[in-house]
Amino acid sequence: MSSQDEFEDQPWLDPDAVPFISIRGVTKKFGDFVAVDSVDLDIYQGELFCLLGGSGCGKTTLLRMLAGFETPSSGSIFIDGVEMSNVPPYERPVNMMFQSYALFPHMNVEKNVAYGLKRDGVPKEEINLRVAEMLSMVELTDFSQRKPHQLSGGQRQRVALARALIKRPKVLLLDEPLAALDKRLREQTQFELMNIQEKLGVTFVVVTHDQEEAMTLSTRIAVMDAGEFEQIGSPTEIYEYPDSRMVADFIGSINMFEGRVTQNSSDHISVSGSEEDIEFFVDYGMSIKDGNKVWVAVRPEKMRLSKEPPTAKKANQIKGMVQDIGYLGDISIYRIKLASDRVIDVTVPNQIRPKDGKHVAYWEDEVYLDWDAASAIVLTR
Amino acid sequence: MQKKRSTFLFSILCFGMAFLYIPMLLLIVYSFNYSKIVPVWGGFSTRWYGKLFESEEVWNALTLSIKIAVVNATFATILGSLAGLALVRFGRFKGRTLFGGMISAPLVMPEVITGLSLLMLFITLKEFLGWPDKRGFTTITIAHITFSMAYVAVIIQSRLTGMGISLEEAAQDLGARPLRVLGDITLPLLAPGMMAGWLLAFTLSLDDLVISSFVTGPGANTLPMLIYSRVRLGLRPDINALATIIIVTVAVGVLISGWIMLRQQKQKQRDMQMASAD
Amino acid sequence: MKQITTLDRMKAPVMARNWASELMGFLQTQWKAVVVFVPFFWLLVFFLAPFFIILKISLAESLIASPPFSPLFEWAEDGVMSIRIIFDNYSYLWEDELYLNTYLSSLKISTISTVICLLLGYPMAYAIVRSPPTTKNILLMMVILPFWTSFLLRVYAWMGLLADQGLVNDFLIWAGFIETPVRLMYSHFAVYVGIVYTYVPFMILPLYANMEKLDMELHEAAADLGSKPTTTFFTITLPLTWPGIVAGSLLVFIPATGEFVIPDLLGGGNVLMIGRVLFNEFHANHDWPVASAVAIALLILLVVPMMLYQRVQAKETESD
Repeated sequence: MSSQDEFEDQPWLDPDAVPFISIRGVTKKFGDFVAVDSVDLDIYQGELFCLLGGSGCGKTTLLRMLAGFETPSSGSIFIDGVEMSNVPPYERPVNMMFQSYALFPHMNVEKNVAYGLKRDGVPKEEINLRVAEMLSMVELTDFSQRKPHQLSGGQRQRVALARALIKRPKVLLLDEPLAALDKRLREQTQFELMNIQEKLGVTFVVVTHDQEEAMTLSTRIAVMDAGEFEQIGSPTEIYEYPDSRMVADFIGSINMFEGRVTQNSSDHISVSGSEEDIEFFVDYGMSIKDGNKVWVAVRPEKMRLSKEPPTAKKANQIKGMVQDIGYLGDISIYRIKLASDRVIDVTVPNQIRPKDGKHVAYWEDEVYLDWDAASAIVLTR
Repeated sequence: MQKKRSTFLFSILCFGMAFLYIPMLLLIVYSFNYSKIVPVWGGFSTRWYGKLFESEEVWNALTLSIKIAVVNATFATILGSLAGLALVRFGRFKGRTLFGGMISAPLVMPEVITGLSLLMLFITLKEFLGWPDKRGFTTITIAHITFSMAYVAVIIQSRLTGMGISLEEAAQDLGARPLRVLGDITLPLLAPGMMAGWLLAFTLSLDDLVISSFVTGPGANTLPMLIYSRVRLGLRPDINALATIIIVTVAVGVLISGWIMLRQQKQKQRDMQMASAD
Repeated sequence: MKQITTLDRMKAPVMARNWASELMGFLQTQWKAVVVFVPFFWLLVFFLAPFFIILKISLAESLIASPPFSPLFEWAEDGVMSIRIIFDNYSYLWEDELYLNTYLSSLKISTISTVICLLLGYPMAYAIVRSPPTTKNILLMMVILPFWTSFLLRVYAWMGLLADQGLVNDFLIWAGFIETPVRLMYSHFAVYVGIVYTYVPFMILPLYANMEKLDMELHEAAADLGSKPTTTFFTITLPLTWPGIVAGSLLVFIPATGEFVIPDLLGGGNVLMIGRVLFNEFHANHDWPVASAVAIALLILLVVPMMLYQRVQAKETESD
């Protein structure tokens, strides 16, 4: 296996790979407000990269700086090796799909899609050819003469995508590409987007506030908060190995326990809970001193719930009482009240039909929770 | 309780509308009065319309007013659109506050002040530059442009704000240079607003009495000046006829444009319903 | 290098095109400056400069009631003179009771008219907002229509109605309220009617725009929480429509204070209003310095409401 093959799907792990987009110490201030706070980021060719965060976290500002609509207050952005500070939006090798789609209301679908090529002075025959090709790819051939207001939401989204892709940009920027669609259409479109990206090999940078969307779509996710990156990694890394409590809390739900390190070796850490009577045993080592304050986090689906105490086991378990049950169909969420009065969530897949509507446990039942050494994670911040 | 309040609202609405429209309707009715004494009905007649058009004075005033209104509307639309564009799209620039203040001040400035101060300007200019050597068409038009452009700018500003920036950004993103964006996107989308602005500027100019009276010179009488000089001495049946013509023309114009707008709106709604049914 | 120059010389039209392309290039890079500069320059010359000129003239000698073409630059050069004379025109305004009374009377008339406009316009705007969509459009058009019809003619319409043999008198006699015609024209009453009639659309439209944005569910929420309609009005509707009330009131108050046509045609000699005094001072008495001083004093009177209006407008556009 050559090194190229080895890193084919994960170029960011390859020390020799040259980043396609390189953001170096970029800060953007609006008056006194710091929207983006000296961030560094490398994005590689062919990635589908997500900027994820709540509103006002700076993700859109960062995207707009890539497009050229905002200029960084300091720092620099390179795209394919070229410094972009003085390149206006209309000369950048990137195109953007706007959240509102920004389809020109006075032009029909065909003219909207052809607009970018016309600005580049592409010959007419070629424009016609490429527009037809693009419209067939997004399955809008029959709608080419319609005006934007005569299209449904999903169709408009596809026109916007076609219009942004027709110039074969080096990078496609997508601002909340699915936010305006309803749930069913959103799920379907997610996969369409991924197919198109794979087919064309264009680098996608997506801004979204929807963590599910980010998880399904992306090769890597950057979680943003208050203008800074909290963590950058693949969806699995972000979900299974969050760097901080903020990320752990932002992606999915999680139960967090405060504790102190009692034993730390190369292949495991033991932590004793400060508020709950739990001994944690986690199957990996960290560079951290004994006695330090840490947080142990366990996701609800990684906990087992039973009415019998687990046998012959001391670590990674706790007793509680069922306070609430949420039946979601595929899973049920149990809210368990611990002796410390804390309430934590456990999800249980409904693998068999609850008999006569009967659940594993009932309100007020005393239950035991336990989990594996490979389930919990230790967070230091 | 709800019902009672609605009745109250409804009756005040009816009263208000009657208050707004009955005087104008009566003005029209009495233009067909045979009697020379306006408020005393003397039978149906159209003789005052004939009298009106015999008068060369009326024709001259009308031509002058329309000439001024057309030139004014055109320049006011251009200047007002530029000003609106600058205020909404250019962010902060030097003198923006002063500019914004100056563009909206004419909206509320009492006409007597605008008129007097412009006249003093013209006189001063004449002394220093020898221009304008004769007050009349040019000076009235300049004065009208100055206050009309404020109205146009307000219309354009609200259109631009409502339009949002993303369409223009999308065009730039697809490779259009700023001037190209202006021509391809901004101006076509602003066209209805500019049209509305033109019509408003035209009407404002046709309507103005006070400012014109200040800045005019000998011999240049606009239609409102003519009407004023006649009615300040009392009621005149021929003015009723003239008023009827003006009011009916304006009302028909407004109704037609309102109807067209409503139809376009409905068509668009139908299209959108069809689209989501696809 | 040399070859290029010869080529250029050989093809003269290329030079012309270069010039044109340079202009295009200038426009490409400097178009924003051009867009700002043209209207800005126009306003500086034809809007701002005139105020300084009347300010200057208002500080000039009153004896220049001489022909209208008196040399203005003399005043400009004689700075010392002007300073001494500052008091002359303004103190004249202050000392002459006529002017002071006129200012007060103008303020009183425009304030009362504004209140009447508000009392009539507010429920009308509210009724329009609450109508079904089609009716709403028609009603709105009916309010806008007077905007487009001649102001002067609308005032004239009332001259006919309020005349001694006019319909209002006819109606009152027919209804038995009076036996002989009363004098309605040339009175304060006529002026109030005229101002309210012509300015009430200026009150309705900002109120309508403001109320249109108001969420009707707020009323339902208030009612749901046990608020009576009157309480809802004073605790929810009124505070939320306050910006519309302020904007509409200023749009009526400011121009009404300087109104000329209405007091002139309907008020006759009985009603003192500053716009009319200014107009007459200028056209009949040819006293420019005093007219200018009257204008400046009126401007000072209105500068606070005008700035208030600008702030309200700026806030409205920001919140959009």
